[in-house]
Amino acid sequence: MDHIPILRMGDFLLVTIQVDMHDQLAMTLQDDLSTKISEISAKGVLIDISALDIVDSFIGRMIGMISGLSRIMDAQTVVVGMQPAVAITLVELGLTLSGVSTALDVERGMRLLRESVQSQ
Amino acid sequence: MSILQQTTIDAIRNGEAPLLASWISNLEQGGALRDSRISKEEVSVQAKDFLRLLVAASATGDAADLAKSEWADSRQFLESLSRSRALQGFDSHHTAYFIFSLKRPLFDLLRSTYEHDPQVLTSELWAISELLDTLGMHTIRAFQKSREDVIMRQQEELLELSTPVVKLWDGVLALPMIGTLDSQRTQVVMESLLQRIVETGSEIAIIDITGVPTVDTLVAQHLLKTVTAIRLMGADCIISGIRPQIAQTIVHLGLDLGGIVTKANLADALALALKRSGLSVVKAG
Amino acid sequence: MITDKSGTCPIRSEQDVVLSRQLVRRIAQQHGLRLVDQTKLVTAVSELARNAVIYGKGGDMDWSVIDSGARTGVRLVFRDNGPGIPDIKQAMTDGWTSGSGLGLGLAGAKRLVDEFELQSAPGEGTRITIIKWN
Repeated sequence: MDHIPILRMGDFLLVTIQVDMHDQLAMTLQDDLSTKISEISAKGVLIDISALDIVDSFIGRMIGMISGLSRIMDAQTVVVGMQPAVAITLVELGLTLSGVSTALDVERGMRLLRESVQSQ
Repeated sequence: MSILQQTTIDAIRNGEAPLLASWISNLEQGGALRDSRISKEEVSVQAKDFLRLLVAASATGDAADLAKSEWADSRQFLESLSRSRALQGFDSHHTAYFIFSLKRPLFDLLRSTYEHDPQVLTSELWAISELLDTLGMHTIRAFQKSREDVIMRQQEELLELSTPVVKLWDGVLALPMIGTLDSQRTQVVMESLLQRIVETGSEIAIIDITGVPTVDTLVAQHLLKTVTAIRLMGADCIISGIRPQIAQTIVHLGLDLGGIVTKANLADALALALKRSGLSVVKAG
Repeated sequence: MITDKSGTCPIRSEQDVVLSRQLVRRIAQQHGLRLVDQTKLVTAVSELARNAVIYGKGGDMDWSVIDSGARTGVRLVFRDNGPGIPDIKQAMTDGWTSGSGLGLGLAGAKRLVDEFELQSAPGEGTRITIIKWN
């Protein structure tokens, strides 16, 4: 069974979605993440979707779940690297990704997370 | 519509060399080879390739249905031939002439092959004629399409040039829009703004519509969608230069600017953008 | 380079959903759809194909490239022999939000394409036709 690698960067976790996700993989990722967040008392999760050329309702749901899961464990979620065509399509779909912060890239996403942790 | 007889196919295969020679000479006589844009060698090679494809496809395919996969190679060959001719600036006559000038040599070949069988000769002549006509029409269609693609691409490039995205400062882009906006132009321009945001890693984009006299529903919606998309990507947007008339249109249409910051003019928008970036302008000296 | 102008793709599993997305992406690219239009179409394919697998118990996607004078379009038909949609009106107004009840995404998919046609009834399976022009 594959696992999507989760990188640790200080108090934050970084997940890069590169492959086509399917149900099993998404479930595994959510399990792995909750374990890891708890393990290191992570303050934030960065989801890098710069490799995704489409984001459908499945991925959208997964992002929403990860965000909810993190929040319950007192961590923030930031989604980074959304491609322009994907953003335009999501707007057309009417998807808001509410409750999820976004940033242009990993660096800015980390900055966002750090700032929000500091302000707590 | 009929498939070519095996005898015909064999005759074409065996008589390839004289057939090609006759075809090329026809093209030459028609003036197709006088053009310096294409050499006799190139045309000869293309003619040979095409004849081989024709024979291969005729052996299996029904002349009636060009969409079938047996004709895929021939179709592709003609499409790329048309495209390259279109790009080189030839007209559609030249491109179709390439196909049609193969008729006479083929008819001559058929006449000698079936000289003792007028009935078969007639049906084969008909089959070949139909086949070449269909292929010729396909060539013309492909040529038109290529020309249209070129025009469309040129139009898009013009659109992008006429509305450049400007970098005002590190992390601050501006898109000054001028003139009446139509749906298509707005879309193309907005997409290039989003692209530039990603390329430059700019977190603030200022869309200035001082130079836009009026805005209709569609355009207003595109603007709003663009701002939403920008925020979804992780950047932010300021709209500046909204004239009273446009403000009225927006209210009238019941559009919700939902949290989008607007400023009276580009200068104010820039000031806000700099402030948000943690920068301040200080007088020197 | 896909030289055929039409074909059929089975949609029975998750892998098929991925394959159908990739196929449509290639076709759309080859026939001159702009990047944003390709993305919209492929996203619609993802929604509809997944529906066929999950709700339709597996189905097929017929694809074809169509010509309308100056424009070229990609036409896709998603068909399955599943239970069918009991309340089409409701299915079409369902919002596309992460975690929505039915999650059919039909209304959303409709907004992503130029033409959308839905035929379905309980016990009669479902047939959805979409067209995106270049």
